[in-house]
Amino acid sequence: MSEQLLAQLINGLLIGCMYSLIAVGLTMIWGVMNIVNFAHADFLMIGMFTSFWLYTLYGVDPLLSIPVCGVLLFLLGWIIYKFVVSKVMTGPALAQVVVTFGVSIFIANAAVFLWSPDFRMIEKPLLQGSWIMGPVRLSIPKAVASIGSIAITLALFLFLRKTKTGKAILAVEMNRSSALLMGINTERVNALSFAIGSSLVGIAGAFLSMYYYIYPQVGGTFGLLSFCIVALGGFGSIEGAFIAGILIGIVQTLGGYYFDPAYKYAIVFALYLVTVWIRPQGLMGW
Amino acid sequence: MLEIKNASIGYKGGVLAVQDISFTVNKGEVVSLIGSNGAGKSTVLRAISGLLRLRTGEILLNGEALHAVPPYDIVRRGIALVPEGRQLFGRLSAIDNLLMGAYAIDSKQRTQETLETVLALFPRLAERKGQRAETLSGGEQQQLAIGRGLMSQPKLLMLDEPSLGIMPKLVSEIFETIQKVSKKGLTVLLVEQNVFEALHISDRAYVLQTGRIVLEGRGEELLKSDLVRQAYLGM
Ligand SMILES: Nc1ncnc2c1ncn2[C@@H]1O[C@H](COP(=O)(O)OP(=O)(O)O)[C@@H](O)[C@H]1O
Ligand SMILES: [Mg+2]
Repeated sequence: MSEQLLAQLINGLLIGCMYSLIAVGLTMIWGVMNIVNFAHADFLMIGMFTSFWLYTLYGVDPLLSIPVCGVLLFLLGWIIYKFVVSKVMTGPALAQVVVTFGVSIFIANAAVFLWSPDFRMIEKPLLQGSWIMGPVRLSIPKAVASIGSIAITLALFLFLRKTKTGKAILAVEMNRSSALLMGINTERVNALSFAIGSSLVGIAGAFLSMYYYIYPQVGGTFGLLSFCIVALGGFGSIEGAFIAGILIGIVQTLGGYYFDPAYKYAIVFALYLVTVWIRPQGLMGW
Repeated sequence: MLEIKNASIGYKGGVLAVQDISFTVNKGEVVSLIGSNGAGKSTVLRAISGLLRLRTGEILLNGEALHAVPPYDIVRRGIALVPEGRQLFGRLSAIDNLLMGAYAIDSKQRTQETLETVLALFPRLAERKGQRAETLSGGEQQQLAIGRGLMSQPKLLMLDEPSLGIMPKLVSEIFETIQKVSKKGLTVLLVEQNVFEALHISDRAYVLQTGRIVLEGRGEELLKSDLVRQAYLGM
């Protein structure tokens, strides 16, 4: 294996872990309430800006902003579910699409209005520079963000599998009426899932802010990619989203390297189209 | 214990599936609701569970109105439904399905005790407890569904066609189980198309035809009635 190839593989893996964390929240929301949250990636942007402003105004390092973003986006997710999404839950599917799309546009526009469309960066985060390991240069903030993303995805997985509340979320996902019969307040589970999904993407925003440009429209690309990852992994499958996220990170990076960076998204969507053509339910869907 | 008074029930946008029915279930009884496909039996059980709302009428449990209680609190009032088609949590393990049955019970110790009782009642589930529910056989799934219902320690257990899609050999086993739990003091409301077996183990029964109760009586009485013999037993 050539050294460049190895370097690209690692790069792809690192960005892929971020994609996974962004997508698991989206897929969980879909799994529980069959809603595509079009505002998901705008929550990512809010996470990034929260981290940016905490740094710029108060000198708080992005590392410390991680839990802040987690809590803030949890609350925001809960509120948006309660006051917006829940109102259309029993309505036609198109109403749900329009509502989350509306939230997305509102958030992105509000961000442009408040903060201008400029690109920003966190200039001197605590974590910067690279580890040199033989031929491979590993960006420290990217590596930490990726390891953190894996840890949080794993934590979500354990929460769902091992705790009573987590299992209740899975139960609602599998059979809503039966969950009601068990005594599970399914409306509350909806709100909780929406909040957790939002919280995860908020945390991803804090991680990304350590090394990525921060601007109001940053949700655009990440949004498109995360829908693609959710579909590729299988709608509602957390394991699927995790694997698909990493896969797409790698394919995108290698594609950009071997062909032209301009085509890297085309290659990702080609992979997606081929997969759903062979396996419409996605890699791990049912 | 349970009183249904002049209840009419319908689905969204549809006509009434059940019209003006009244019946009672007394403490300790096994009561059957029989009738052909589409008569409205499942609709009645769904309404008692709160999954469907009454258009008119009342449902009372020990004199208290049940029809305004949110569906997720019905189980806390002591009523469990084993739904038609089992409706298990397919990708959860058998044991997790049972534990979800005890979701409304806060005491871990009580949950553990009930779990042991249920596994003693269905030894096959004990052998299969780590397996995903969807990978179990039809009979095992039905046992799991009943076990899950029992996990909430109900006072009233409602079963919707527990013999549906089960090998004939296992059907009598299911009915024996129902008798067994009833002997321990559990009140049972049973919906069945397997009329002979159902009437056999029932204290009383109601016959439902196109959303109305057309006949009621003691189990053995109905077994001898012309309507039941002709319409449901094919004699
Ligand atoms: N989800 C539903 N939506 C609309 N109508 C329904 C639904 N479920 C049942 N029905 C109608 O209600 C009537 C009674 O059905 P059901 O209670 O399932 O009968 P049974 O359990 O006795 O076979 C039938 O006419 C059926 O078509
Ligand atoms: Mg039925």
